[in-house]
Amino acid sequence: MRLLFAILLLLAPVPLLAQTALPPAPYADRQIDDPALERKARTLMETIRCLTCQSQSIADSNASMAGDMRSQIRERIMAGEQPEQIRAWLISRYGDWVSYEPTAAPILWPLWAAPVLLLFAGLILMRGRIGKRRRP
Amino acid sequence: MIAEAGLAALWFAAALALLQLVLVAMGLTGRKDELLAAVRPVAVAQGLLTALAFAALVTLFLRSDMSVLLVVTNSHSMKPWLYKFAGTWGNHEGSMLLWVTVMGVAGAAVALFERALRRDTHMATLGAQAAISLGFYAFLLFSSNPFARISPAPADGQGLNPLLQDPGLAFHPPTLYLGYVGLSVAFSFAVGALLTRRVDSAFARAMRPWVLAAWVLLTLGITAGSYWAYYELGWGGWWFWDPVENASLMPWLAATALLHSVTVLATRDALRAWTVMLAVVAFSMSMVGTFLVRSGILTSVHAFAVDPERGSFILALLAIYIGGALALFGWRIGTVREGEPFELVSRETMLVVNNLLLSVILGLVLVGTLYPLLTEAFGHKVSVGAPYFDRIAGPIALGLMVAMAAGPLMRWRRDSAAAAGRRLLVPAAVLIVAAVVVGLLAWGRIGILPYLGLVIALATAVASVTPLWRRSLRRTPLFTWGMVIAHLGCAVSLAGMASDSAFTVEKLVAARPGDVIETAGWRLRFVQILPRAGDNWTALQADVEASRGGGSPTMLHPQARFFASPPTPTTEAALLTRWDGQLYVVLGQEADAGRWQMRIWWKPFVTLIWLGGFLIALGGALALVGRERRGWVLKWRARRAVA
Repeated sequence: MRLLFAILLLLAPVPLLAQTALPPAPYADRQIDDPALERKARTLMETIRCLTCQSQSIADSNASMAGDMRSQIRERIMAGEQPEQIRAWLISRYGDWVSYEPTAAPILWPLWAAPVLLLFAGLILMRGRIGKRRRP
Repeated sequence: MIAEAGLAALWFAAALALLQLVLVAMGLTGRKDELLAAVRPVAVAQGLLTALAFAALVTLFLRSDMSVLLVVTNSHSMKPWLYKFAGTWGNHEGSMLLWVTVMGVAGAAVALFERALRRDTHMATLGAQAAISLGFYAFLLFSSNPFARISPAPADGQGLNPLLQDPGLAFHPPTLYLGYVGLSVAFSFAVGALLTRRVDSAFARAMRPWVLAAWVLLTLGITAGSYWAYYELGWGGWWFWDPVENASLMPWLAATALLHSVTVLATRDALRAWTVMLAVVAFSMSMVGTFLVRSGILTSVHAFAVDPERGSFILALLAIYIGGALALFGWRIGTVREGEPFELVSRETMLVVNNLLLSVILGLVLVGTLYPLLTEAFGHKVSVGAPYFDRIAGPIALGLMVAMAAGPLMRWRRDSAAAAGRRLLVPAAVLIVAAVVVGLLAWGRIGILPYLGLVIALATAVASVTPLWRRSLRRTPLFTWGMVIAHLGCAVSLAGMASDSAFTVEKLVAARPGDVIETAGWRLRFVQILPRAGDNWTALQADVEASRGGGSPTMLHPQARFFASPPTPTTEAALLTRWDGQLYVVLGQEADAGRWQMRIWWKPFVTLIWLGGFLIALGGALALVGRERRGWVLKWRARRAVA
């Protein structure tokens, strides 16, 4: 009885799986043979946002669009492009949103300055506290 | 009937919280002792009533009472009982009720057990606790009633999100909530001390166990949550710098800083204003975290109970409490006397450095998490993710580790630089040797951060046990053991993180049954693939035989599951744990006729991450017991003497 139920339910997801009727992305789940290139591609994929998911990188997503983007990245890496060129291409196509690595756009300057400002503020606060001897 | 009883209990509890606040306010301003005498029983009754309301909701879920809206939308009668039970808090209303319950019970505990505190500070603390609770009662009763009925009652419920159907749900959210509420108690103590002008070491000693307990629970909650996401999401990652993860990390960072500064205040009576400030920040961060998670204002993989409208309610609560606390802080901080002084080379200085670096990391995580909201307001959508946090917070965290290793080897108040240098000699030597050895073995193959991580982990592991050197281990106090173990845990965890990011081997294959896959010294034979069924799911399960170096093979069973209600596919990764790492196998989709996608990772020493987290929590627990045991024994003796 349980097995019958199982088989019936297994039929249910079939239409869902059939949605990916587009030509398959050849390198979505296939690694580049050269490990050095694959490492390059993987490092880049981990910093590219999956646009159809809830906050996941395309390296960590099952979404079909993420698969297409992984395939694109691997193919471009194999064609000899540099990761930062591919990132720039993706950003020009999908906007800054796609890159988990913030760009150097002026609106992001405060973000990059934050660590220096915070450390500086902390040091100023600290300066008054340390090295004081008990006053007579 | 049960639902109505639960709702009534909640209303009564809210009324008692209001009464508690009024009693404290009138009693303290008018110096009326007879009013204050009623505060403790009221707090205890309030705790009991919230527990009753929570028990009512749990009962409704266990019985699958489909006339209650919350049960309909979040449960299903065919679900295993553990998930019916844990599903009580796997949703917005239920989790807020859990929060209020924990808060009510903690308030009762403060009323019952904190009598060593000066009476007026104790009362002011209970008043602050009542004020915080009131906001949450209002939130529950006016915008998120967990007991609302539905008519007509449907035949069955809509089920629980399959990602949550895991034993982790029974453990992870309650642990984090207990931690958050512990921080709210610390906050109440700080408010009480500010109101009654009693910011001193007695106040710190009363607050410390709450901070320690909250910190232990937060550590456990984050560690468990990280492992849960690691095996449940099926992508082999353990930390994504996702907004919800950051939301849980920020209170932990603040609590870690608070824990250290409250210890300085308790033992050395220094850092008074700073400790109060950190108590305010720690609670604020747990409120900010709740707001970020509950409002859905930032997208996240872990957000399961999101409602934007309620977000504005929490934002209002946040503004009232944080604004109020900061105003009180600004108004009263002038009355806090300066603490005991200390010199540049001293343990206090190292603890100040610890606090500074933790606060900077906290600030960076906060800025990085909220920055996308800010730019979106200007019409510019950006993402701030792992590359930013790793690169910016990573080096600061490594600096923090160095301070952590050196701090316990310094003396309180003043130390001579030469003597401190001699004590640091062995760890420094280990650091240099490790730098050379790791460099020779792995240079060019691993990134700079993982390299520094490995080296610093080795050196800090040695440094963290150095305080035990030449001490009689049996006579070493329990809280020193706690500190040593917690610091060692940080080193262990760092080693796991560095090793995982440096040495993980990934293999993606499309295999058919009978194929043999070789990767990272492992030999995996794909035996067969078969359908399987559970209580409320069906699955395709692959049988994969894994062996290494001619050893006996182990059968692994990765699954691609499909849940019926709500209809959702999930992956169940198969993990094989060995002393030197974990093999992680995920079954993907069918690639083409008869071939199946499989992702295989070998992750050397990845388990150290969570082992370290557990050690940190264990160290905290030992410190808590070590610090409090004497007090308990004395109380017990006093009570026996009376009886």
